[in-house]
Amino acid sequence: MIKAANKTGLVFFPAFDWAISPTHPEREERLLYTQDQVFEEGLLDVDGIVEFKPDMINRDDIRRVHFCVPDEWAVTTESHLLSAGGAKAVGSAVLEKKVQKGFALVRPPGHHAMRVVHGARGFCNINIEAIMIEYLRDAYGVDRVAIVDTDCHHGDGTQDIYWNDPDTLFLSLHQDGRTLYPGSGFPHELGGPTAFGTTINVPLPPQTSEEGFLYVLENVIIPVLEDFKPELVINSAGQDNHYTDPITNMRFSAQGYAKLTEKLSPDIAVLEGGYSIEGALPYVNVGIILALAGMDYSTVREPDYDFEKLRQSSAITDHIRKVCDRVMDYWQEAPSLREQMLDSGGITERERTIYYDTDNILENQKEKIVVCRDCPGVWSVESWTDRGKRIYAVHIPRKACEKCVDIGMEWYEKTPFRHFDIIFLQDRKNKVFKSRRPS
Amino acid sequence: MIIGLDVGGTHTDVVLVDSQGLVRQVKVPTDIDNLFDSVLGGLDEVSKNIDVSRVSRVVLSTTLTTNAIASGHLDPVGMIVSSGPGLNPEIFRTGKHYYCVQGSIDHRGREVQPIEPTEIEAIASHLRADGIEAVGVVGKFSVRNPCHENKIVKILGKSFNYILAGHRVSGNLNFPRRIATVYLNAAVYSIYKNFFDAVSNALRAKGFVAPILILKADGGTVSLDASLQYPGQTILSGPAASIMGAVPYASENGESIVMDIGGTTTDIAVLVKQVPLLEPLGIEIGQYKTLIRALKTISIPLGGDSVIKVKDGVLDIGPERVGPAMAFGGSEPTPTDALVFLKKMESGNFQKAKMAMEKVGGLLGCSPADAAERIFSEFCHRLTVVAKDMVTSINQKPVYTVHEFLESYQVSPTELLVLGGPASCFASKLSEVSSLPVRVVPNARVANALGAALARTTCEITLFVDTERRVASAPEESFYKPVDDRFSVKDARELAFSLLRTKALQSGAKMEDIDMEVTEELQFNMVRGFYTTGRNIRVKVQVKPGLISEYKQITSTEA
Ligand SMILES: [Zn+2]
Ligand SMILES: [Zn+2]
Repeated sequence: MIKAANKTGLVFFPAFDWAISPTHPEREERLLYTQDQVFEEGLLDVDGIVEFKPDMINRDDIRRVHFCVPDEWAVTTESHLLSAGGAKAVGSAVLEKKVQKGFALVRPPGHHAMRVVHGARGFCNINIEAIMIEYLRDAYGVDRVAIVDTDCHHGDGTQDIYWNDPDTLFLSLHQDGRTLYPGSGFPHELGGPTAFGTTINVPLPPQTSEEGFLYVLENVIIPVLEDFKPELVINSAGQDNHYTDPITNMRFSAQGYAKLTEKLSPDIAVLEGGYSIEGALPYVNVGIILALAGMDYSTVREPDYDFEKLRQSSAITDHIRKVCDRVMDYWQEAPSLREQMLDSGGITERERTIYYDTDNILENQKEKIVVCRDCPGVWSVESWTDRGKRIYAVHIPRKACEKCVDIGMEWYEKTPFRHFDIIFLQDRKNKVFKSRRPS
Repeated sequence: MIIGLDVGGTHTDVVLVDSQGLVRQVKVPTDIDNLFDSVLGGLDEVSKNIDVSRVSRVVLSTTLTTNAIASGHLDPVGMIVSSGPGLNPEIFRTGKHYYCVQGSIDHRGREVQPIEPTEIEAIASHLRADGIEAVGVVGKFSVRNPCHENKIVKILGKSFNYILAGHRVSGNLNFPRRIATVYLNAAVYSIYKNFFDAVSNALRAKGFVAPILILKADGGTVSLDASLQYPGQTILSGPAASIMGAVPYASENGESIVMDIGGTTTDIAVLVKQVPLLEPLGIEIGQYKTLIRALKTISIPLGGDSVIKVKDGVLDIGPERVGPAMAFGGSEPTPTDALVFLKKMESGNFQKAKMAMEKVGGLLGCSPADAAERIFSEFCHRLTVVAKDMVTSINQKPVYTVHEFLESYQVSPTELLVLGGPASCFASKLSEVSSLPVRVVPNARVANALGAALARTTCEITLFVDTERRVASAPEESFYKPVDDRFSVKDARELAFSLLRTKALQSGAKMEDIDMEVTEELQFNMVRGFYTTGRNIRVKVQVKPGLISEYKQITSTEA
């Protein structure tokens, strides 16, 4: 009988009864053919591949990560709780050493969900990777984590959540934001002052193929991971870089995804996007599972796969090389720039407008962070939407110093209601998550 | 009158029942090397001095195919396998005559690559030259479209004794299991056919006119004729016989754990409202994982005759059996000796049992009485732990919809039914250890043969509808029907039930025993671009495992 070299845990939760709307890409049918392929290949019978049942996450699991407006239940459905719960179950199995590798093949996805949640954007409501990671940090004491986001869309939600966290490396490769939703993810987006450099973006031109992706892997991802030395590598394994994907323009393949997975060798992979439900997902997922399990995937390919036809042009190859060089320059320079910012200290602010395409909400944010030498720095955000919601939220980081804790508590307790409907506190250090609302 | 016969590892149990209940019960030793004599001997014994033409049904459960696999006495099989993209099909090689060929079908049943007839012809002549008589033909996704398998079967022609196509063994998706299942069916075919031709001829010669039914691993029966095509269904029917024997005594509204405590092993199963739970895909035997429908059972190497050992002062029971208990003439101490010594079992030689317990007590550094108590209690603890783990794993079954997750049915048994030789001796202790009420199945020693006698015919249908491709199909039945886009999930369910009814009748069922249920029902809108282009419907229905309607009257006189 066949045996997995790496014991691999799967949570398969296709949510066959949940859709954003009947004809939406994120609909019941999405993982149907993937399930057919996985079942027909008999992967769940492989010695060393184990299937786990998802848990449903609880309110604190969400509150560790998000500020949900008006509350957690208003912006989620059971399907979201199970999808994140699938990631949580897989992550726990890996940390408890029941398995060496884990893959949460779940939907709906989550990587466009930011720290503040007013609704759904990019098909996402809550960030399933972040919920998993923060749970694992509290439950198992994990510290340094790297997230490699290989979805075709920039993982702007995950980037936002970890913008000020120097212990979480967020590395996204994606189709260039000038040509695709959400329009962000440029190399100069490097993180907040105390975490400067631990956000890395590698935008790729349309028509990038296997060669390009693997070039980024060899020349950016692997060297950066070697420097960063994470305890845990998470792959946000979106599959919409595939050459048949209906909403993107890339030329990646099942073979390519399998090679990427093998070389990256993440501890945990979490499915994100991928909407070529018949032409890509069945084969890509089989490839990823085999690669994670350390099995031979050389015969996994799409029925219409043609390596030569999918080759990228030399202009694209050149372009990608330049982008990677630039990204690596930033990676080298970031630590000294961060030092300079820490020397200056003080409070840094940023202002942004965020559009929720799925729910058609426009949000404005004003964020301020204490640039602290002794910790990642307490920060807060004011957020107001075109629906008339106004909130103020305070985040005290996991490793906050006493001074930052005091500042955070003061912000939380002393900020007057005048402008706000809700004032939130996310005290990761003391694991206190609460809110004040006018009575 | 009905005869039920169950061949076990050491004994063959036979019962004769009529409308009044159990008329006769017989136990004869099983001769593993000559099962034919065991079967015939048992039947002769039970039908002594009766008019055999009045027997209305004979049900046989044998270890024939199970033994053939366990001992490796299998016929060589030619396997022709087409896979397409995915795992390398070489991984699933079944033996020397295994050929991977061109041709592939995708998950929707669309042809991706055609088969190459000359390739098949060449293989056929190789197989003929090698003297192969049984051939299996398996394609990936053949249950979505069997056209390749059918074409290959056609090319193979009539020059082989037995040809089985993968889509006929199960409607379930699982290519490696499909290969194993087809292989095992083909590999036991001639052994099975020769054996049952002989049994059938012998019975006819003795004047039996009753239909002969065979017990399957799913606790259901199938007519001998219908079983010849799929002899693999009888693999591991043994545990099923016992579990079916417990069915009439199980709670009608609750959940029950059943333990069949034998000499060498104990089989454990779970019943929900008298219906045994089934394996999701099929039995596993040796290295083979199959699509052969089976009751969900856990077999553990722990029985009344398991050898007791003491290692570094720690008591261990089993897994091996070296013979009967010392109290029954054996050489090693066993749990049965503990029972005899504790006077929980009336038969057996007390002095020998005492010697056995003195031996164990000596090694443990305690009195013979303490040794016996420890063995007794350890035995019950181990069974209870396995049973509870089994329930936990049933409740951990993955689910694929939000609804199933929220509604997911959690099994929590409220009683324990025990049967098998020493069952009654363990009852009170098992109850104490498991905190469940324990009942001993009446006629516990022959309940297996009774289960076989009374089991109804079972079967399953998987219907797959793709309205975009305009087809409804149940490839197992070679059933195809064009449908239009108005075909609904309700239509699918009705169609599946009607196919199931036909199949059950053909397999030997009586109309009144066809108790059908839906085991899976999924419907998806298929959207391409921004338009709904069709519906993808999957319906699975089964005749529940259970007993023939006559049983109530028969068993009520026993209880
Ligand atoms: Zn995406
Ligand atoms: Zn600080």
